[in-house]
Amino acid sequence: MTINTLTKGGAQREQMYCLRKMERVIVAMQDPDMGMKMRNQRLLITVIPHAMTGNDVIEWLIQKYNITEEEARHLGGLLVQYGYIYPLREPRSLLLRSDDSPYRFQTPYFWTSSRWPATELDYAIYLAKKNIRKQGELVDYEKENYSILHKRINHTWDFVVMQAREQLRASKQRRKADRIVLECQEQAYWLINKPCPGAFDVLDLGPERCNVLSSRVALNADHYRREIEHSRRALGRNRVKSSICLESFMKYSEQYLHHDPIMSGCLPSNPWISDDTSHWTINTDMVGIPTRLRVERWSFSFMELLNDSMGRREFMIYLEKEFSAENLCFWVACEDLRHGESSKIILKVEEVYKNFLAPGAARWVNIDSKTMERTLEGIKRPHRFIMDDAQMHIYFLMKKDSYPRYLKSELYKNMLAKAIVPQETKKSVFPFMRRQRHSSPSPAMVTQATEDDGKAKGAGPTGTSSTTNSQI
Amino acid sequence: VLQNILSLLFFLLPASALTTGIYMIFSTKPEMATQEIQPNETLTNLKAESDTLKTKLEDERAKLHDVELHQVAEKVDGLGQFIMKTRRTLKGHGNKVLCMDWCKDKRRIVSSSQDGKVIVWDAFTTNKEHAVTMPCTWVMACAYAPSGCAVACGGLDNKCSVYPLSLDKNENLAAKKKSVAMHTNYLSACSFTNSDMQILTSSGDGTCALWDVESGQLLQSFHGHAADVLCLDLAPSETGNTFVSGGCDKKANVWDMRSGQCIQSFETHESDINSVRYYPSGDAFASGSDDATCRLYDLRADREVAIYSKESIIFGASSVDFSLSGRLLFGGYNDYTINVWDVLKGTRVSILFGHENRVSTLRLSPDGTAFCSGSWDHTLRVRDRGYHLGYIPKRTTLSG
Repeated sequence: MTINTLTKGGAQREQMYCLRKMERVIVAMQDPDMGMKMRNQRLLITVIPHAMTGNDVIEWLIQKYNITEEEARHLGGLLVQYGYIYPLREPRSLLLRSDDSPYRFQTPYFWTSSRWPATELDYAIYLAKKNIRKQGELVDYEKENYSILHKRINHTWDFVVMQAREQLRASKQRRKADRIVLECQEQAYWLINKPCPGAFDVLDLGPERCNVLSSRVALNADHYRREIEHSRRALGRNRVKSSICLESFMKYSEQYLHHDPIMSGCLPSNPWISDDTSHWTINTDMVGIPTRLRVERWSFSFMELLNDSMGRREFMIYLEKEFSAENLCFWVACEDLRHGESSKIILKVEEVYKNFLAPGAARWVNIDSKTMERTLEGIKRPHRFIMDDAQMHIYFLMKKDSYPRYLKSELYKNMLAKAIVPQETKKSVFPFMRRQRHSSPSPAMVTQATEDDGKAKGAGPTGTSSTTNSQI
Repeated sequence: VLQNILSLLFFLLPASALTTGIYMIFSTKPEMATQEIQPNETLTNLKAESDTLKTKLEDERAKLHDVELHQVAEKVDGLGQFIMKTRRTLKGHGNKVLCMDWCKDKRRIVSSSQDGKVIVWDAFTTNKEHAVTMPCTWVMACAYAPSGCAVACGGLDNKCSVYPLSLDKNENLAAKKKSVAMHTNYLSACSFTNSDMQILTSSGDGTCALWDVESGQLLQSFHGHAADVLCLDLAPSETGNTFVSGGCDKKANVWDMRSGQCIQSFETHESDINSVRYYPSGDAFASGSDDATCRLYDLRADREVAIYSKESIIFGASSVDFSLSGRLLFGGYNDYTINVWDVLKGTRVSILFGHENRVSTLRLSPDGTAFCSGSWDHTLRVRDRGYHLGYIPKRTTLSG
């Protein structure tokens, strides 16, 4: 009764991929040469063959995948949770114990992937069997499910009871050990496919996803034509040799190594560890003297300089000295146009034209004639991206010319010399005493304050009161 | 008439001529509008042609691949094993946490869950500052606005809504809610662009879209994925005009935001791509997939350049992010763990336990001091390196 769920849509499909991989692990575990050693395990008075201990499973995983015990316990635990290995003692507790608790491999007939989703009919038969076999063997949620099913598939109930009786009769003919094994296997299957409400449901899935085979996207002629067009364009593109590209990753991680708190730590201390927010306060936008790392970073790339509001400010001061500040002003105005509200586009384009592009404009920018022509033509039908060409031209002008000169300037060098290198905070004398974690003003409030213009606010307290309780 | 002749040629010439010879003609062809299918241009043939071209493209890409990343990285010091410690555990969601995002202030976060709750926390103090209940379940996407004054979220309602964050504790945030994006299927991811005024979304309807927040107007839509789109990330590039998306069609596409065109496409994963994230320089991006691997794609080399996987990792990666220097790649997985990879050498430097169910979302804080993971176990954890304070002295690394 194997349904090929891989071709079906649905969230099950993503799980199937993992289930198949787990099955490969399980098969490897049972390999006659490289697999686990299995032996008979005693369960009360019966001897169950082909069983192994929790310890065996963990040892094997450590050996096979060269992993730590913690990881092996975790991986083994997943195999139990998904029903590929089940415990013989305490069958309702689907945990892998790292001791001599006995476990067995689930038979492929009952693999999660073989019989998924579990059918109502099968479940009804299983519950009926339990009910017939021993009165009161059904637990609460099973009793509930039983009566729900009884109502829902009442028309086939005779068949259900008949099947249940038949299966019970057949099992009585088996050896006791085999019967116990089959009962354990079946129980394990249903513990996973119909777990107790509130218990961990390993087959809990996210919302349905569609793949290519069951897609909501119209895979029509247009779609393939688009793909073809894309491939053709891609074939003609310039590519860079791997050896050159990959080298840049080395350089980048080397350059930023000391700026990466997880790699190199941060000064004076990482706020998340020490509960001291100094690291954040000394790196704010409006701080008087910046840190050395911060100023150094401006020299890594033009983008780094512009992305830091202080860097941008410093650069502007430099450009003013050079009488080319209009370039940066123009760039900022173009960014504002590109990322601003649609409703303000026409207004902003007019402003930009008036201030930077019109003949005799107060801050006229020097763009090459072709770009200027194109831009002026485009302004007649203004849209968000109309300044892109001009903006890029000015950006690269600054990057190639003003930026390198700024880095060599006295202004920058003084900044670097003045910049502070914070002292590392020493380990607290009383490490068990946690510092108070101070709140900070919400960014929402900061903006509201500037908007409200000093109007008295009735807003909730978000000042510097130190509290560690939830406020909601 | 030209159209028909070309279609005929397409049939008569062998495949190699198709791609080299006719390419020259087709490359000057104007943009195709919706056309009817010509009698000799059936859907099967179109698909076959597309597949042939894709194979040819992979061959071209392979030609310039003269060295592997881990070979180039041989001269770099290894990292050893890292210990990461949990610094904060955020409890408050009553159901699976599906998504989270950091505020630019480096300490606040927004998180969303299956039961429709969206919570804004000051992760540093662990205080909850705002909470809103969406009218839908499975809020799979949430994002913090760059200004810190609003959050965006959406999920099974097929929409992306923006909630301005009010500081009046009595005000119901839902009252000022603004509906921005409208898709025809679930919202899988959303992100503000450089300002509060535009939002980029991806959806189960197979498309991505760019929206104007103020008017709710659709600015650009992106078609090209053949199935649900699950994730997206904006490029930190100088010209700031591209983004990457990943989907259930196993493809990762790089898009031009201005024209709506797909610039580059990569199809090497064996299953759904759950997460994409740019390398800090913008020259590459990483992806996490249900095939239990994370991969690195270089945009200039135009190919996959690294695979991060281990035989013992069976479950899919749901969420990936880089450390600030790009040396480490963090992956949250569906087997409840977080694996931390050395991006250059391809080895794993840490495996983190602690969550009791799938890790669904993972992001580094804006200044890289910590990373936050959200899980189906209803909690969020903020973690970082397990050393105590301290600054590791300059190491001598071999010069390149």
